[in-house]
Amino acid sequence: MTAPGPAPDFPRYARQLALPEVGVEGQTRLAEARVLIVGAGGLGSPAALWMAAAGVGRIGLADPDHVDRSNLHRQLLYGPADVGAPKVEAAHRRLAEVNPDVRVDIHQVEVSVTNADRLVRDYDVVLDCTDQIPVRYAVSDACVAAARPLVHGAVSRWEGRVAVLAAADGPCYRCLWPTPPPAHAIPTCAEAGVLGPVPGAVGMLQAVEACKLILGAGDPLVGRLLVLDLLRMVTHAFAVPRDPLCPACAAGEIRERSAPAGVAAPAASPFPLPSEPPVSPSPAEPSAIEEIAPAELAARLQGAEPPLVLDVREPWEHAIARVDGARLVPLNSLPAALSTLDPGRAYVTLCHHGVRSRMAAEFLRERGLPRVANLRGGIDAWSDEVDPAVPKY
Amino acid sequence: MRVSVLLFASYADALGPGPVALELPAGATAADALAALRERPGAQRLPPAPMLAVNQRWATAATALRDGDEVAFLPPVAGG
Repeated sequence: MTAPGPAPDFPRYARQLALPEVGVEGQTRLAEARVLIVGAGGLGSPAALWMAAAGVGRIGLADPDHVDRSNLHRQLLYGPADVGAPKVEAAHRRLAEVNPDVRVDIHQVEVSVTNADRLVRDYDVVLDCTDQIPVRYAVSDACVAAARPLVHGAVSRWEGRVAVLAAADGPCYRCLWPTPPPAHAIPTCAEAGVLGPVPGAVGMLQAVEACKLILGAGDPLVGRLLVLDLLRMVTHAFAVPRDPLCPACAAGEIRERSAPAGVAAPAASPFPLPSEPPVSPSPAEPSAIEEIAPAELAARLQGAEPPLVLDVREPWEHAIARVDGARLVPLNSLPAALSTLDPGRAYVTLCHHGVRSRMAAEFLRERGLPRVANLRGGIDAWSDEVDPAVPKY
Repeated sequence: MRVSVLLFASYADALGPGPVALELPAGATAADALAALRERPGAQRLPPAPMLAVNQRWATAATALRDGDEVAFLPPVAGG
């Protein structure tokens, strides 16, 4: 990773920070990622909107066209007022509204063999959202040469295609279709027709795959071509190996295919799955654990015998917001920490909203620590009632 | 033997999406399935060597078929 940027906007991304595959580290990766979207049309619109909303830090848009009224039913980057404007300029305005923290580079050019190498080099992940077969070959070849993963998307009427190409050990576009079809053999959307949400669905899947590549999460569509028949709502996943005779990616050369800086190598999640207890408290002995208000905890911390606050949240939550002096013991590591706790000492358990910490308090008391209280409302209430400088998420 | 053929994108526009059931002699390959498909109306849209998959795995015209196999023909798709 490059030098760390500013901390993520926690409230904005709270719902995806909560994912074990994202967290603060993943959100920072997204903020530092550079994604090139080739084609700002039916696929590029949802891909760009969703990646901007997710907090991808830099989005490059390459498209030579102007907004046409016939684009509006599927290209949701644009509205009627944008008709006639260069697509990349109108898209830039829209993305700035969606997320002003995202930097947008505009390239009002047709991507081709003459400029693809230079364009692709400045980005970590590339999305093929074009509607031109020759552009697809040019972008794939450039991604192979620069070792950049390419998230391929394409539609024809009710059918969609998604794949991650030019990734380590996976095929490129030429492996799948070695011989470009004759010009005009493949109908465009203008010729074949397309229902607006069909490219919408495919572009969104491209955004999901791009985020996974940046995060190093899950199993990206490497070596698989996903074909969606949305008219019959049937999906096919074709196994597509790299072609050992491919002129683009297997021409006898050993290419170092290490991931660029902004792309995480697929790896296990840095954070364990959070242990989510049931939301409702245990019906057994509901009043057995003392529940204290944030103000009461503040008073006790200033008292003669301050309790030790045990923060039972996950590390990513602790990175966002914490109470000074608290000890981080994630709920699922509490049993291992038990031997380090003093039965004579007073403890207060804390979590996000006071539910996990009540479980922790009950656990500790059963294990022989009698002086355990729970912070009612968790760190959220602490922020509301005691210390507004503690961020909420 | 009997194989099932799926068609995608412009091939489906021309020939229907399938599945098309084909009766082929023992020892047939994907090339034989393609030849049988060419007997059908609309098949002029198929190029000389369309890309294909056998049982959801990218394959070649020389790939041997077995009874019950599924053969899919897929053109590249332009739309975006």
